[in-house]
Amino acid sequence: MPAFFSTIIAIVIDGLVFASWIFIVAVGLSLIFGVMRILNVAHGSLYAFGAYVAASMVGWYFNADLPALGSLAVLLASAFIVGIPMGFLMERGLLRFMYGRDEVIMVLVTYATFLMLEDAIMLIWGTDAYFAFEPYAMLGNTEIENLVFSNYDLFLIGLAVGVAVLLWWGLNRTRIGKLLQAVIHDRELAQAFGINVTRVFTLTFILGAILGALGGAFTAPQISVTPGIGVEVIILAFAVVAIGGMGSIPGALVGAILVGVFRAAAVHLFPQVEIFIIYAVMAFVLTFCPQGLFGQVVARRI
Amino acid sequence: MRGIFSKTEIGLLLALVVFLLSQFALPDWAIFIGTISLARGLVVLGLMILWRTGLISFGQALFFGTGGYTVGLLRINTGLSDIILLTVLAILSSGLLAYLLGLLISRYREIFFAMLCLAFSMMLYGLLVNNEKLGGTDGFNVFGLTIFGIPVQGETLQSVNFVWICVLACVLGIGVNRYLSSTMGNLSAAIRDNEIRVEYLGVSVKRTINVKFVIAGALAGAGGAVTTMAVGHVDPDAMVYWLVSGEFVFVTILAGTGNVAAPFLGSILFELLRTYAFQYLPLVWQLTMGGVLLITILFLPNGLWSLVQRTATKE
Repeated sequence: MPAFFSTIIAIVIDGLVFASWIFIVAVGLSLIFGVMRILNVAHGSLYAFGAYVAASMVGWYFNADLPALGSLAVLLASAFIVGIPMGFLMERGLLRFMYGRDEVIMVLVTYATFLMLEDAIMLIWGTDAYFAFEPYAMLGNTEIENLVFSNYDLFLIGLAVGVAVLLWWGLNRTRIGKLLQAVIHDRELAQAFGINVTRVFTLTFILGAILGALGGAFTAPQISVTPGIGVEVIILAFAVVAIGGMGSIPGALVGAILVGVFRAAAVHLFPQVEIFIIYAVMAFVLTFCPQGLFGQVVARRI
Repeated sequence: MRGIFSKTEIGLLLALVVFLLSQFALPDWAIFIGTISLARGLVVLGLMILWRTGLISFGQALFFGTGGYTVGLLRINTGLSDIILLTVLAILSSGLLAYLLGLLISRYREIFFAMLCLAFSMMLYGLLVNNEKLGGTDGFNVFGLTIFGIPVQGETLQSVNFVWICVLACVLGIGVNRYLSSTMGNLSAAIRDNEIRVEYLGVSVKRTINVKFVIAGALAGAGGAVTTMAVGHVDPDAMVYWLVSGEFVFVTILAGTGNVAAPFLGSILFELLRTYAFQYLPLVWQLTMGGVLLITILFLPNGLWSLVQRTATKE
């Protein structure tokens, strides 16, 4: 059954490519929620900013006739160029005034930020599409079992694994990571033990923002960068985070793989349920594990 | 009158009279915006009931869209064309959907409640977008409506829709007001504060929330039905997408939960703001909307209605 076999390969690889892409975005969202209890809708804007800055910078880079491989470093750099100042400004300039408010209100605050940034993008870059296909084209293709895969897509899987390993190492093997985990586990107790929660919040938000922008930056070569790209990605990232358990890093990984593989299966087998299946998985998981697969169980308060 | 109707209800009835009379003075575009605002106000009214309990649905467009598509599908597949009948059927279908989903969703709280609502609304969105028979992302047109057997279209249709939504908003507003001042309605704040104590009082929190969810769903269905008939078109992006749900939540917070009139007031202001911002500040209209929302959250945590309350207490 070679046809059957190649469909399976296509589903697995397409699924993993999609999972890698959405994992990078979702893990930042999940990290911010875990530490700060903020479901950051503006994460979609950070993604879009990352994509736009990356597209612009790659354009300049190739115009300057520099070695092509360096464009990958340019993509990486754009994530930091966007994530650090924007994350800092959003957290210090806006969100910190809202701490202690209802979680739902925090969602709306970030939703308002998201609306404002959508227009900011159009003011800065206009409504034209931007292309940064060079890094995508330069890596070429690989043939597996008569199926052609773009090396750039496969490279994204590597990038996602790298992000996951780095995050795991950072959270479990460094001082600041352990402090972060303490805050995720119990904010009040962490504060009582002398952890500077304010600083942890700022650092977390910037880290999350970098991850959001990173997702956007490395997506830019695959797509035409147009207004509205953040709208679709944020809702997908929500699904991934809800499936995996909000605030859980391994959850984001498993959620991304589930979403990726189910979506790829739908695309290859039943294309008409491509979007439906993602949210059906989300509803199914939430039905049986209300906190998501790796969610924290919160004790009920009387 | 005083014995039968409360102060709020008299206000709603007076507003109904004023709105109906204003029809003769207002230009066509204002009547259209009025219809849309009140129809969306119904959805927000439903969200207000939930928000009083501390719950918010990020997927209310599910019921809004169900109402709209019920009207659309009935119109193109059956001989039904009466505006009132179609609205009632839309209320029933979205109410039924809310009841079924509510059995599951009423177990959830806070952000999880919101996310599950979102998941269900995006499921419907996914089905509609990839359904070629229903026009996919383009949707389809809804026309050939009648009222009491008389075919209506064009300006007449808009006037009929306006009168119908005014009456509907008034009647449903009074209904919700009665519900909120009943024992079941008054439990909202209690459930928000402490569910377990409410359970000790012998009330099923799950059932109370499910009832609220059904009311909210049915109201959203009514809003969706009238919107569809006024616009003459249904499509997934305008009716079911998460941004639509986001707007409803936006208006709920903007309006505040102080009174059943607040959602309608908030909705009218929102539509006017959007229309004017879109017309005069086309490049920064989302920036304006986002700014207004931020300012409301920062300075008016209880919404615009708290301004009305403040003036009322000063008198």
